[in-house]
Amino acid sequence: MTTNAPTMTAKTATQNACKLCNPLGACLAFRGIEQCVPFLHGSQGCATYIRRYLISHYKEPIDIASSNFNEETAVFGGSHNLKLGLKNVSQQYKPRVIGIATTCLSETIGDDVPMILKEYEAIMGGAANLPVMIFASTPSYSGTHIDGFHAAVRSAVKTLAVGGAKKNLVNLFSGMISPADIRYMKEILTDFGMPFMLLPDYSQTLDGGPWAEYHRIPPGGTPTSAIADSGCASASIEFSSTLEASKSAAGYLEAEFGVPRHQLPLPIGIKASDRFFAVLEELTELQMPEKYEDERRRLVDAYADGHKYIFGRKAILYGEEDLVISMAAFLREIGVVPVLCASGGKSGLMKKRMLELIPDLEEQGIEVREGVDFVDIEHEAERLQPDMLIGNSKGFTMSKKHDLPLIRIGFPIHDRFGGQCLHHLGYRGTQELFDRIVNTVIEERQKSSPIGYTYM
Amino acid sequence: MDTQNINLLEGREKQVYEKTAGGAEIEIACDKTSLSGSVSQRACVFCGSRVVLYPVADAIHIVHGPIGCAAYTWDIRGAVSSGPELHRLSFSTDLQEMDVIYGGEKKLYKSLVELIDQYQPNAAFIYSTCIIGLIGDDIDAVCKKVAKEKGIPVLPVHSEGFKGTKKDGYKAACHALMKLIGQGSTEGISKYSINILGEFNLAGEAWIIREYYEKMGIEVVATMTGDGRIDDIRRSHGATLNVVQCSGSMTTLAKDMEEKYGIPYIRVSYFGFEDMSKSLYDVAQHFPDRPDIMEKAKEIVRDEIRKYYPEMQKFKAALTGKKAAIYVGGAFKTFSLIKALRTIGMSVVLAGSQTGNKQDYKNLKEMCDEGTVIVDDSNPVELSKFVLEKEADLLIGGVKERPIAFKLGVGFCDHNHERKIPLAGFIGMYYFAKEVYESVMSPVWQFAPRKGGLR
Ligand code: SF4
Ligand code: SF4
Repeated sequence: MTTNAPTMTAKTATQNACKLCNPLGACLAFRGIEQCVPFLHGSQGCATYIRRYLISHYKEPIDIASSNFNEETAVFGGSHNLKLGLKNVSQQYKPRVIGIATTCLSETIGDDVPMILKEYEAIMGGAANLPVMIFASTPSYSGTHIDGFHAAVRSAVKTLAVGGAKKNLVNLFSGMISPADIRYMKEILTDFGMPFMLLPDYSQTLDGGPWAEYHRIPPGGTPTSAIADSGCASASIEFSSTLEASKSAAGYLEAEFGVPRHQLPLPIGIKASDRFFAVLEELTELQMPEKYEDERRRLVDAYADGHKYIFGRKAILYGEEDLVISMAAFLREIGVVPVLCASGGKSGLMKKRMLELIPDLEEQGIEVREGVDFVDIEHEAERLQPDMLIGNSKGFTMSKKHDLPLIRIGFPIHDRFGGQCLHHLGYRGTQELFDRIVNTVIEERQKSSPIGYTYM
Repeated sequence: MDTQNINLLEGREKQVYEKTAGGAEIEIACDKTSLSGSVSQRACVFCGSRVVLYPVADAIHIVHGPIGCAAYTWDIRGAVSSGPELHRLSFSTDLQEMDVIYGGEKKLYKSLVELIDQYQPNAAFIYSTCIIGLIGDDIDAVCKKVAKEKGIPVLPVHSEGFKGTKKDGYKAACHALMKLIGQGSTEGISKYSINILGEFNLAGEAWIIREYYEKMGIEVVATMTGDGRIDDIRRSHGATLNVVQCSGSMTTLAKDMEEKYGIPYIRVSYFGFEDMSKSLYDVAQHFPDRPDIMEKAKEIVRDEIRKYYPEMQKFKAALTGKKAAIYVGGAFKTFSLIKALRTIGMSVVLAGSQTGNKQDYKNLKEMCDEGTVIVDDSNPVELSKFVLEKEADLLIGGVKERPIAFKLGVGFCDHNHERKIPLAGFIGMYYFAKEVYESVMSPVWQFAPRKGGLR
């Protein structure tokens, strides 16, 4: 089979989108900065919809302020509303940082937010009296939620980082990963004895414990002082396959302060995790701690124990481009064929990056599609007859209709419990994913067997 | 109450009120757009329209704008259909930069034609979102053109998010429905017939209600919009009476229908034994020449209450003395909830809504006990404050309120459009009581910091 398969139905409208909008990603990233309130410059609805969407996944309170455009604002500009909004949110939330992202509306009317912020600063008697303002431009008509996420991270660094004498410090820009993955990454860096700055860190702000009183801003997050230090780091590691230096935080630090940028695919699977650990070994001049050697050994062992169940099984994979790329490489590593790798994003780089990781992509009959929606994917599912779907919850309807098991990964997970606790990265995350894939196949076999074996 | 220490935002003081003996009588401010910078729990005009029209299951719903507004409302409601399920799909023109610069009319036209060809719906609703209002696409013209070409109603819904509040979205939706009403034949419709308005068939609630009325010998012409069908809506002007629930969303339509077709309307609520019974009696009373309808209504009420009474007593025994906080969309719902909670022994310490009007709040003030806080368009900081201060055991609200309750170790009941368990009707009251019981009485709260579970 070649990748020149029949093209999908040419269509104009997006049907059941496999992507979200730009400011959602920015709000998520802002939630990973200590004492930061996300603020959307636009109308009320966007903020509310994004809140409820994030809440359904993280099951945590998520306060996002909005400048609440009305008809006048839309006509005469949002300057007044933004200033009033910033004042109100400062008063009510007492934040140390306000993360401001635009919406389609404020972008279209052409509000010059940096200028408005300057004016606001002047009115309020200087920046010293105010929270730090981080601003990201996030119009949804160009880009998806992942672009907003990266834009916010880059802005945070751009706003806060200062240069200076090099420190024994590594920056980790881990991308849009689960809180559980963030905790695991921090554990690894700690075990290497390496001082680090991980941004954004929503491992606690979006997955914390119970409260005795309402925290206007939940505890946790990357401290601004740490972000400031990122300019003096000895290196940055950035998980992403498609993120270009000009749009990334690590790229900024490299250009501005000469901090070397190590761009790595999300470390899913043994090979990709090895690569990540190799970079850590190189940066710390230390060997991988025994604990991770153990994790790796157990994983290799599991690969052997489980390989026969899954060899040659076909999967349809969808979600953010970076996640899909790394997951596909992992699936190839265990013998599963990701017959369709699909994303609603449109970086234009997906296929190229995948070819680097999976050189025999075409021979394997793996199709790569950018800018697709769930109706496209479903259409392809009918043709490709996969054994399973791997992606977020939004594929459930398709999975039910076609009686295909769905292995939930990434974001959003709205129809299962504990989406924020899923591991995807490193040996530990790969182990979890591997177990789920094997068990899914075993369960299917068990279900379809007339005998009902209790040993499988 | 010390409102000082939560520093109510300037401009919000008049939207919060505590009922106290001999306390100052203030008029609660409402019908205001949310304050800039406050984390309002409200959505937008588009949300209002989408909520009302969403359950129409044999129409396609196309959101004209960038992707977000459509993505966030994909399959969002628990509104179920007994047939087609087009409402559960999410269509968007997904505007890109060039469309924003050059206008989105062409893309809308193409999208519409393709989707209508593909899905063969009985109508299409086109929602214009914020950005459309700004770039000025003439969606009416596009709709007209496509309607003519395809021979189905293609209805523009002017729901630009920033042009008001959710209530304005309700109006825009009613406006679109009005264009359908009157288009169908009313032949064969009984004299003893009603339309059910403002009932969205969440978790099958419209079916429960419909069955009661049909048992009484009343024909239900259309439910708007629960399990909704375009053809039913088109002939709904043949009904004798409009029965309106959820005052906020569809009173406009009822009024318009009264004016144009002379159909009177009554307002009802289906939550709680008390209000549910009343809504059957009120309809029966409208047909005095048929005493059998009233007889039947009484019989239903009797039978149903008898069926659930023993269970309810069990719940009541456990819940008596517990306190509830309510923060829901429409204020009318709050009235019913207060009564329903009283039936199971609970008192209400906070009663709020996103979109109440002056009269609603006046009624609320009369209805509530002393010490109850009444709020309009609240935010998480205020809500959590009141819940803790008043030591509520339960919060009733929607998705955005749920994590506030759980974080603070308080029981919760979903009373919004996402619910999967019917809460309307007699059986709904049973489910409601059961859900409240299961949440409030759960042993997990012993670990909540506010119950001394902090280590
Ligand atoms: S863009 Fe406008 S219509 Fe869409 S969600 Fe935001 S406020 Fe509502
Ligand atoms: S207007 Fe833009 S920012 Fe707002 S919800 Fe729609 S796509 Fe997202």
